[in-house]
Amino acid sequence: MAKRTLVLRFPPHLVNEAITYRLVKDYGLAINILSARVKPQEEGNVVIGVEGEKTKIEEGVDYLKRLGVKIQPLVQDILWNQEECTHCTLCIPLCPTEAFILNRESMEVSFDKERCIACGLCVKVCPYHALELLLG
Amino acid sequence: MAKTIDEIKERIKKGQVVVVTAEEMIDLVDKEGIKKAARKVDVVTTATFGPMCSSGIFINFGHSSPKIKVEKVWLNEVPAYAGLAAVDVYLGATELQERDPANRVYPGEFRYGGGHVIEDLVAGKDINLKATAYGTDCYPRKELETMVNIKDLNEVTLFNPRNGYQNYNVAVNTSDRVIYTYMGLLEPHLGNANYCSAGQLSPLLNDPLYEVIGIGTRIFLGGGVGYIAWWGTQHNPGVGRGDNEVPRVEAGTMATIGDAKMMNPKYLRGTSMRGYGVTLSVGLGVPIPVLNERVAKFTAVRDEEIYAPIVDYGREANQFLGEVNYKQLRSGKVIIKGKEVSTGGISSYKRAREIAGILKKWIKEGKFFLTQPVAKFPGKESEYVFRPLRERR
Ligand code: SF4
Ligand code: SF4
Repeated sequence: MAKRTLVLRFPPHLVNEAITYRLVKDYGLAINILSARVKPQEEGNVVIGVEGEKTKIEEGVDYLKRLGVKIQPLVQDILWNQEECTHCTLCIPLCPTEAFILNRESMEVSFDKERCIACGLCVKVCPYHALELLLG
Repeated sequence: MAKTIDEIKERIKKGQVVVVTAEEMIDLVDKEGIKKAARKVDVVTTATFGPMCSSGIFINFGHSSPKIKVEKVWLNEVPAYAGLAAVDVYLGATELQERDPANRVYPGEFRYGGGHVIEDLVAGKDINLKATAYGTDCYPRKELETMVNIKDLNEVTLFNPRNGYQNYNVAVNTSDRVIYTYMGLLEPHLGNANYCSAGQLSPLLNDPLYEVIGIGTRIFLGGGVGYIAWWGTQHNPGVGRGDNEVPRVEAGTMATIGDAKMMNPKYLRGTSMRGYGVTLSVGLGVPIPVLNERVAKFTAVRDEEIYAPIVDYGREANQFLGEVNYKQLRSGKVIIKGKEVSTGGISSYKRAREIAGILKKWIKEGKFFLTQPVAKFPGKESEYVFRPLRERR
């Protein structure tokens, strides 16, 4: 049995539920939805944990790609360098798992590493290079 | 009873001055009313911290032997402007490093540029200086390459032609694709909304008609002391305003100047906007002397009374989609076209609050004295407008 975390970006015409159903039914994968940001008529952002036979996971991934789902590569780890962070809050609305927490009283940003699934999106947007991808 | 700046200076000298930040002023006016607050408070400190593209430094690096009249110049491989006297140069915040792929690899990373050189220089790091020249009888040298450090340079003057925008757009994207803008990454279909103002803490929003802030006002600039040199480029005082005189779109701006040798890299940060370019984030703090009740009332402005336009950056015409106030923006969620949208900041409210606090401390400790502006910015009745370019042959 193998385990993987996948960050999926759905084009608006695909429906999330149907796809997870197919992954379970056709590929025998156990799916655990870690975070989902899907609204009608929009690109969805879903993070899933999949468990199953290694070859089946690969087939499942191919199936998703054929459908037009974009799969973001996952990296090992994200490093938040507090010293570099200016607390601008630019990353707040973008993180799919709400790993950045903004205290609205102090307007101070903190980072909950436990929630981060290392999709890498925040690394792209942080204007101060406060976030770093640590490749495994 | 009205006060004068001289009286306030006297109170700073005697250690009797009463200073509050623009946030504290709101609470005070709430509790004690405008009249009492105006009598009690001498100075309200305001501040902002965010990317300000129209920023840069003038440097005079001294004469080499033999002398060179610099024609082209690079600092850490970032080109600067040398069309000035022999060894005077100007480095702009948004200049890219030579060979930066820019957006040829889209969206470009823009990891290092003018803003970063400024930050590194101010941080005391050695900087590579390269220059070339055509050579003259009086300046025979044609090439120069050396390391320089801010402490050895003659003048390093931060001069920012436009800082501290009075209000700004809230950027969204209704198109079908992700776009990368100077307002950050904007997700399609109203995926996020980015705003860029310290709202109730922001300098010009606390003096909406430029009545007390003006040319010659001494300020906190990049962690040191600076001055307002002029009104800023694109200053546009005649825009629509609320009943409280606060502009409902981007309006006034200021040009600032100061000695970069006295500044702190924490408040002058090189900034990389993915897919857009590099810039410099500047910390700015402006003291407002509470000369009378009118000033007191203006400085008590709160986030919920300041409205910003929501602008669609995903369409060429930059369509206007409505208005929101800064209280809503800072709450984290706003409703746009019936949809709940999460907000992100470009300007750091936390840093702004910090700067307002530092300036307050400086004034209380008698280290920072207020100045009387020597001239005013063009006001809302002045017919001074920001015009678009009309192309012609
Ligand atoms: S990498 Fe960044 S955006 Fe992605 S989950 Fe972690 S914190 Fe959030
Ligand atoms: S985008 Fe970067 S600097 Fe801004 S709050 Fe997030 S981590 Fe901090």
